[in-house]
Amino acid sequence: MSTGLPASARFRHRLLPYLLVAPQMAVTLVFFFWPSAQALRQSLLREDAFGLSSEFVGLENYRVLFADPRYLAAFGRTLVFCTLVAAFAIGIALILAAAANAVGRGGQTYKTLLIWPYAVAPVLAGALWFLMFNPTIGVIGASLNERGIAWNHYLDGGQAFALVVMASIWKQVSYNFVFFLAGLQAIPPSVIEAAAIDGAGPVRRFWTIVFPLLSPMAFFLLVVNLVYAFFDTFAVIHATTQGGPGGATETLVYKVFNDGFIGLDLGSSSAQSVILMIVVAALTVIQFGFVERKVSY
Amino acid sequence: MVENHPGLSAGRHLILILGVIAISLPVWLAFVASTQDPDSFLSGRASLIPGRHLFENYALVLFRGADAASVPPVWHMMANSLVMALIIAAGKIAISILSAFAIVFFRFPFRTLVFWMIFVTLMLPVEVRIVPTFQVVADLGLLNSTAGLTLPVIASATATFLFRQFFLSVPKELVEAARIDGAGPMRFFRDILLPLSRTNIAALFVVMFIYGWNQYIWPFIVTTDVTHYTVVMGIKRLIAVPDADPMWHLVMATAILAMLPPVLVILAMQRLFVKGLVDSEK
Repeated sequence: MSTGLPASARFRHRLLPYLLVAPQMAVTLVFFFWPSAQALRQSLLREDAFGLSSEFVGLENYRVLFADPRYLAAFGRTLVFCTLVAAFAIGIALILAAAANAVGRGGQTYKTLLIWPYAVAPVLAGALWFLMFNPTIGVIGASLNERGIAWNHYLDGGQAFALVVMASIWKQVSYNFVFFLAGLQAIPPSVIEAAAIDGAGPVRRFWTIVFPLLSPMAFFLLVVNLVYAFFDTFAVIHATTQGGPGGATETLVYKVFNDGFIGLDLGSSSAQSVILMIVVAALTVIQFGFVERKVSY
Repeated sequence: MVENHPGLSAGRHLILILGVIAISLPVWLAFVASTQDPDSFLSGRASLIPGRHLFENYALVLFRGADAASVPPVWHMMANSLVMALIIAAGKIAISILSAFAIVFFRFPFRTLVFWMIFVTLMLPVEVRIVPTFQVVADLGLLNSTAGLTLPVIASATATFLFRQFFLSVPKELVEAARIDGAGPMRFFRDILLPLSRTNIAALFVVMFIYGWNQYIWPFIVTTDVTHYTVVMGIKRLIAVPDADPMWHLVMATAILAMLPPVLVILAMQRLFVKGLVDSEK
């Protein structure tokens, strides 16, 4: 981590800095470290069905998980899910931002019309898409069925998965759009003009100038979108498909919740929490190293 | 000059208009559904144009609630959401600005440890440790309380990170000047740092308000008492009515009402919102 300011620009005080960090440290300790430690502890225990006694089983819960085809399937499904959501949400946003940046007048209007879904809670996005694709009353779902394309996300796992992916992308595009547009507007027009004078067309200019300049931002967005797809989309799944049909939309976070609260298998749920935390902590470290490199005052 | 090809420009407008339609369509259809009478859903495909039951449906969910799903009236849930969102936004900003101030402007033992203990939470939302957090909150007797609803959500470093980045960009000469003038750290904080941070605080407040309003799974498990329901989680209770199809017109009226406040905040404070969002990346 960078130390930031030189010593001459720092205050020295025996007690004050601790008082200042105390509130945040208190909530972090009670609501982050304590539960995390509990998760770690419970992941090494096995409780009987009534929660009356527990015994230490070492890494048994982890071993069982990685031997469980359902867990491995959820792992793979989550990777596919995150990749699809991140790739489409970033790709669509980049196209829209490039277009909005180039239209000049009117760009601001488009911006206003495109950014507001950020404010729509994922659960609402899920409900909206669920209704739209409802096989009997949904405007799109019913039309598909009338045209002979059988659509029923209540029964077809692949279609349920596609629906959850679409709703999650819909919700995330606006976030990426805001970032890409800000990034594009920060590119000096003179650079683009110079390339145009040298005879580079719009596509060539995009790939040789704009894209390299945007790539640090795209990388940042990739990490954020992966984490979004990991966690925030839980609400979409919980409110609509509930992991079904037949586990077709069961992601890792959904399984943590389901095995813990519904299945009441605390050992397994805790082990899954710990695995998730390690995965996301790894992503955070990558992200953080990246941010620190960029901010080098 | 950059060429200005009419075809190219038309293509851009076409892409953007398609984008706006794709973005707006689900919400338009939800709005249309919220204006229908319940029978219209029995007779097949939903309409594309609004029905005549706008006021009736919205008045029903706002003031009476959809009885069958046993959720409180929507105005009540929206009031709960408002309180939760304001506390989460204000709480996050208050604790973050203080700890970022300490981390950036002080030298003290264990500073690095404190830094990492706070920043490890950066991307680990409450979902990842939801079961043990529930146990902790239950042990503390905070189920069905405002504190239990908000504190675990406040415990994350996003706002601290933003303030840290901003404070690092404050010219160090300001600190040196303050020290030479004999101003203590809290004086510096109040008279120099807070005024400088005003826009950042406002921008962050907008983003955190939306974040707080849209909390879903945590309110869902921590409120078992209907009087504490928030509107975003209330949707789930409306969709999951036992042994029946959801009453789509009421579900969608509630959904529209639930998204209205944060969407209005974004539209009214677009500039601050964009700043709050983009600055967290710098």
